[in-house]
Amino acid sequence: MTGITPSQTVGPYFGILLRARAECRQVKDGACGTRIVLEGRVLDGAGVGINDALIETWQADANGRYQHAEDCRPGTADPNFSGFGWAHTGKDGEFHLQTIKPGPVPAPGRGVQAPHILVSVMGRGILTRFITRIYFEDEPANSGDPILTLVPEARRHTLIARRARDGVYAFDIVMQGPHETVFFDV
Amino acid sequence: MVPYRRVPAGVHPPEDPAYRSTVLRHPLEPLVEIPQTISEITGPSYPYDVIGAVDNDLTRQHAAAPIGERIVVEGRVLDDNGQPLPRALVEIWQANSCGRYAHEVDRHDAPLDPNFSGTGRTITDDEGRYRFITIKPGHYPWGNHYNAWRPAHIHFSVLGPGFLTRLVTQMYFPGDPLQPLDPIFNSVRDPEVRERMVSSFDIDLTIPDWALGFRWDIVLRGREATPALA
Repeated sequence: MTGITPSQTVGPYFGILLRARAECRQVKDGACGTRIVLEGRVLDGAGVGINDALIETWQADANGRYQHAEDCRPGTADPNFSGFGWAHTGKDGEFHLQTIKPGPVPAPGRGVQAPHILVSVMGRGILTRFITRIYFEDEPANSGDPILTLVPEARRHTLIARRARDGVYAFDIVMQGPHETVFFDV
Repeated sequence: MVPYRRVPAGVHPPEDPAYRSTVLRHPLEPLVEIPQTISEITGPSYPYDVIGAVDNDLTRQHAAAPIGERIVVEGRVLDDNGQPLPRALVEIWQANSCGRYAHEVDRHDAPLDPNFSGTGRTITDDEGRYRFITIKPGHYPWGNHYNAWRPAHIHFSVLGPGFLTRLVTQMYFPGDPLQPLDPIFNSVRDPEVRERMVSSFDIDLTIPDWALGFRWDIVLRGREATPALA
């Protein structure tokens, strides 16, 4: 075995990298499903917005298919949806991300996972990325989701986006404190 | 689906009071351990066809050459089973030769270079190889503590085969006297693990009369067991 390269912070200047990615859009014209906006803030342990955090998301399309060779179920993923999104936080830690509401995906073994979006949180002062999931409050499948049920009940709410208004879901990412977001070891 | 091996403790750095900004930004609750599902085994890629011919040559992205010492940085992206990872997206960003980033937040009193944007990207080939031509980044001060200076480094972002292989890190240069003083570099406690972030000078990569060569391999998480080849 060869030793894994350690992670380091993205630092404050990763905007240079995102400028270079500007030509790529997650949702192209003709994408299937319901367009939604995820909005929220990334907050530190003092409740202050983190203005130099980088959020990356990975998700299935509206039919629950991943744009990836290892999703080998019959059929194909939506060619107009990549599943890969990112956002730089603004001056009060706020972010906005336009995407498609994902469909349910298979659970390990049997059954399904409720619709969800994987999130990587990086930033200045964050030495390694932290992984969390966004679920949606209007999905009845949440109650049987095999990952949510592994999370202590008192903290589950930190993984559930609230319907703020039509097509907009609110989700804050709290790095520390009484409402600290659940982060995963996968 | 063959799961990815867990990352051993001590590889990815924990919060570190010496790097002050981590104190309020790293979670305090323990991470919740979950199984790997189709969501984590799959992962993002990038539309490779948008990557242009000079995207991996940071010295040819403008009308004239940037100021500074031209270098070649080459290596492979591997998994921790030693298998090369073809078609990984490798993106870099860095300061110019004076230690200044082409970014509005950077207020360091050092000149910008109109011929240097400081960003590059490429896709690894069938042997997992990547290659960049750039200029050696300068040292620069930061506000972490009195007289704090960052060792020279290039930021690397790698999109490997799955969500779990995502890595953002920094590549350092051999023999930099600022390394022992840098809280970010030393946030990785184990010296052997820390040295994985330091490139090697390589005379075979060095191009006569033109540029020094530095070699640096990047190792991502690998699978529990390699499936038998069909």
